[in-house]
Amino acid sequence: MPDRLLRLSGLEPFVLTPDIPFVNVGERTNVTGSARFRKLIKERDYATALEVARDQVENGAQIIDINMDEGLIDSRAAMVEFLNLLAAEPDIARVPVMIDSSKWEVIEAGLQCVQGKPVVNSISMKEGEDQFRHHARLCLAYGAAVVVMAFDEQGQADTAARKIQICERAYRILVDEVGFPPEDIIFDPNIFAVATGIEEHNNYGVDFIEATRWIRQNLPHAHVSGGVSNLSFSFRGNEPVREAMHAVFLYHAIQAGMDMGIVNAGQLAVYDQIDPALREACEDVVLNRRPDGTERLLEIAERFRGDGQGAKREKDLSWREWPLNKRLEHALVNGITEFIEADTEEARQAAERPLHVIEGPLMAGMNVVGDLFGAGKMFLPQVVKSARVMKQAVAVLLPYMEEEKRLTGGTERETAGKILMATVKGDVHDIGKNIVGVVLACNNFEVIDLGVMVPAQKILQVARDEKVDIIGLSGLITPSLDEMAHVASEMEREGFNIPLLIGGATTSKIHTAVKIAPRYTKGAAVYVTDASRAVGVASSLLSPAQAAGYVEGIRSDYAEVADRHERSEAAKSRLPLASARANALKIDWSGFVPTAPSFTGTRVIEDWDLAQIAHYIDWTPFFQTWELKGVYPRILEDEQQGEAARQLFAEAQEMLARIIDGRWFKPRAVVGFWPANSAGDDIRLFTGADRGETLATLHTLRQQVSKRHGRPNVALSDFVAPAGIADHVGGFVVTAGPEEAEISARYERANDDYGAIMVKALADRFAEAMAEMLHERVRRDFWGYAASEAFTPEQLIAEPYAGIRPAPGYPAQPDHTEKLTLFRLLDAEAATGVTLTESMAMWPGSSVSGFYIGHPDSYYFGVAKIEEDQARDYAARKGWSLDEAERWLAPVLNYTRRKIAENAA
Amino acid sequence: MTGRLSPSSAFAALNHAAADRILILDGAMGTQIQALGLGEDDYTGHGSGHVCRHHSDHPQTGNNDLLILTQPEAVEEIHYRYAIAGADIVETNTFSATTIAQADYGMQQAVHDLNVEGARVVRRALDRATAKDGKPRFVAGAIGPTNRTASMSPDVNDPGFRAVTFDDLRKAYLQQANGLIAGGADILLIETIFDTLNAKAAIFACIEAMEAHGQRLPMMISGTITDASGRTLSGQTPTAFWHSVRHANPWTIGLNCALGAAAMRPHLAELSGVAETLICAYPNAGLPNAFGQYDEGPDDTAVQVAEFAREGLVNVVGGCCGTTPDHIRAIAEAVKGFAPRKVPAYA
Repeated sequence: MPDRLLRLSGLEPFVLTPDIPFVNVGERTNVTGSARFRKLIKERDYATALEVARDQVENGAQIIDINMDEGLIDSRAAMVEFLNLLAAEPDIARVPVMIDSSKWEVIEAGLQCVQGKPVVNSISMKEGEDQFRHHARLCLAYGAAVVVMAFDEQGQADTAARKIQICERAYRILVDEVGFPPEDIIFDPNIFAVATGIEEHNNYGVDFIEATRWIRQNLPHAHVSGGVSNLSFSFRGNEPVREAMHAVFLYHAIQAGMDMGIVNAGQLAVYDQIDPALREACEDVVLNRRPDGTERLLEIAERFRGDGQGAKREKDLSWREWPLNKRLEHALVNGITEFIEADTEEARQAAERPLHVIEGPLMAGMNVVGDLFGAGKMFLPQVVKSARVMKQAVAVLLPYMEEEKRLTGGTERETAGKILMATVKGDVHDIGKNIVGVVLACNNFEVIDLGVMVPAQKILQVARDEKVDIIGLSGLITPSLDEMAHVASEMEREGFNIPLLIGGATTSKIHTAVKIAPRYTKGAAVYVTDASRAVGVASSLLSPAQAAGYVEGIRSDYAEVADRHERSEAAKSRLPLASARANALKIDWSGFVPTAPSFTGTRVIEDWDLAQIAHYIDWTPFFQTWELKGVYPRILEDEQQGEAARQLFAEAQEMLARIIDGRWFKPRAVVGFWPANSAGDDIRLFTGADRGETLATLHTLRQQVSKRHGRPNVALSDFVAPAGIADHVGGFVVTAGPEEAEISARYERANDDYGAIMVKALADRFAEAMAEMLHERVRRDFWGYAASEAFTPEQLIAEPYAGIRPAPGYPAQPDHTEKLTLFRLLDAEAATGVTLTESMAMWPGSSVSGFYIGHPDSYYFGVAKIEEDQARDYAARKGWSLDEAERWLAPVLNYTRRKIAENAA
Repeated sequence: MTGRLSPSSAFAALNHAAADRILILDGAMGTQIQALGLGEDDYTGHGSGHVCRHHSDHPQTGNNDLLILTQPEAVEEIHYRYAIAGADIVETNTFSATTIAQADYGMQQAVHDLNVEGARVVRRALDRATAKDGKPRFVAGAIGPTNRTASMSPDVNDPGFRAVTFDDLRKAYLQQANGLIAGGADILLIETIFDTLNAKAAIFACIEAMEAHGQRLPMMISGTITDASGRTLSGQTPTAFWHSVRHANPWTIGLNCALGAAAMRPHLAELSGVAETLICAYPNAGLPNAFGQYDEGPDDTAVQVAEFAREGLVNVVGGCCGTTPDHIRAIAEAVKGFAPRKVPAYA
């Protein structure tokens, strides 16, 4: 039965359901609220202005407020232009907009541009009831919800009585006369500044809260919103105090029923975390509890005025005076290891049994962490640091628990469930898996981590022996997708019915729905997007009350996804291979003289300077590893994630310095060039300049999607000159070295998962930076076709240079086995120590390889799906059976294989 | 707003009928007209039929709406065949009767007449059918999407550009709605919506027209999910689409065109789950084959539409592209035994 809920839409629906306590409206696309956005609009830089909107949506804004009210801007034109451009960006346009202006003509122009259901901000009775009715009728005819300001002919309402009187009058007009749906009315009863020194202002916070409470109790289905930053206007410049005031105010206003607002989420303290003295002083002011509230807040405000922010706060040791349990919680929430061993020991001595320390204060603290993370108030790096504190505390208790167990037989600790985690056979990548493991452990799951390259039989054996509740599989390279499907089949065959979680970079909901879930019908196979979702998924799967319904929901969702996938694949028109070849990219070679490299054959590069490599690091993927989404360096200033990002970055720099000073990594690389010519879809490499004897053949795959607008169906071989022109191709393998594994293990042994993950994440960045640096050296020097190229490392991230370095197993050549040829050509194992697993993953994981192609028209592309005719042709060229080809190319086949090899196994 | 207007007499009659059974909407017009094999002189009325008093330099072959004025007997006969086949609601032949859509034929000046006469010719056909069997029937004034989009740019290099504005559409739709009401339409049917902003302009215009007319007519709103993505052409999910048009307080919300019944089912189920009003579905007779023809026979389509009814998803059903009076007869027969969907009421 439907409730009268506020229902909005962009491309996708938004419903304000009771389980959303508060909708934070994104406010950065508001020229009055954001100096940056104002500047962009003034300069008509709409492309960047759209990025601002996109960032907000990516960071979780459920509605975005758009305001163009500025004296020097043609607000109406800017509103129309921005909304029209925004409509062309599906990832932004998916959320509803709030059309915000004090001018009706701007609002109406905006209403004529949005196909979804927006919110108008705002209308009021300031110009009388007739005008109000008129605007309300138009909003209804355009299909918009409205924010109604508590404003009438006499001005803005300040007291609770006036606010209530105006809102009630407006509600009656809207609902009874205009026929406005009450659930589409959002009142803004005006938040004014308190603690201004003017006595009449002292009650403004209370007036708002009381009016809010009355509205929610007496005006059915209506909502309450407000702009919070006004409240603390008199403390401009003292951000910590402002943050505390906002947090205290929202705490009370939300309880009274405020369910929407414009709040700078990055400038909001956590109510429970505010210094008690400050909180009390803020509460006195916001709730107007004592006549001298303002003076008292002013008195202590100076003490809290932050300057160095984080660093200064950490050195504030006043929490050491707190009771023991609060100290443990503080250490866990803030990730402070300094005192944890002593505090844990103190707790142990006070407790009846060591287990009680874990189940009592430590788990209580971790529950706070879990709640804050779940609410988006803590970010992944902070949670991993909390886990480090927890592990070190548990390490203190462990010997006592074992002793107790030896003496009494002991009892196991109650956990939320037992989860086995593994990176599948053939794959060495484990950063993501480790992060998920840490987050689960933080939430009281017992995690059994089998590490990397784990065969299916071992996974099932341990699962059975340890009676685990859930199996979680991870993998990064595409052959791992098949291995996961294999594990699923084996689970089915051996009669398992526990849930199977699937995660990792190349996994997807579609793949899980299409390839994994159908093979595991006895249990549920569930795709997990990222670490932040793992706890919710695992808890739902293990909850006796929720599990059945949850699994049923997933099953029907996956059936739908699989069905949709099949239909959309069938709908895509793909060309026969012959036609795709006829539409190959035809480079005009007649006027092109390829540059010859400075040497042919291979060369080992040993003169690596770690400090120099570090300059080439692209930090954006590093933040992605930690599930902080945004582009470096902008992410450091992000309103919500900025603080977490800055802290993480500072600690990464610290470890980076230690890596460089201590020469922790021993990077190695090998590079080679060979005379080469294309031959159809292959590239032939020759032993000598006379090009008489073939050294090796590189096989490439061609796009088979039907192209429009004269675009070619490209294969890598199109970028290499045909016989008769003296072209070359290069290849490389770089590695940060095998040292990372041992260093990371050392951190793990010290119960420092944070350090363990950090060192691996940095090793990956080193390898990628080496590949970037080596490619530059190849272009300028070794091959030398761009000798005068001069880009800064920051510019290189956008790949502005000529030529490409495609890697086997990636979109331009999805066949991982071409690495075998590359490694043989370079004798890479001997030169660098890098080896290939049976799934063609490189070990150590922090390694990068690829080919070099030099033609200025070459570019990165995706082969996407191929048809059976190409699979057959490719198999013949590689000397494979069709079955072998289909196995290696499984992720890119556009058809269902007739025979699944592993069914025979 | 329209909430203050008193509902038209047809409103109560329709609600009454819909409470008891699944109502039947008619089928495709285009295929029936094609079967007449008309030439340019027939379209303009210079051969058979009535000479059109509106003149245009453009050829008129394919301007099906114009046949209302030049071949009214033939159009009436098609409407009559649908009525006798079992349709309770029959649509006017006015899908493209707006100044915007008629611009291609240079026939903007005929728009008012097309809508007035378009409603009248359906009324005549229905009165004949009712005289025969005594069943009441209703005229739905069809309002098409036009051939332009208000929330998408036709130029990929200029995403901010719009070939038509909300206000252009609102004015064109207002003229159409006024004509349909003047000609006696009982219902306003906004259909084949691929851009919700166009539909919102049509809704705005219908509200204006009803206010001018002083009565609230039932509105039917029907979106089109264009492909397997499960979204409208302008990118909305079915639920987002419903949220965007819910303010019209429509008598029915639903889907038509682009997909056959089987492919339409999940999207219809989604709408049925969220919309607190009646649901209407009129799918194509399957997907067109390589020659642009629809292969599903009357029973093929009817079986799938009956499935909607069995699951309790629908209140009104009919047919879109490729359906014929035989399809409508088969559909009416197939859903007869099923109860209409219960409209969820507010908690």
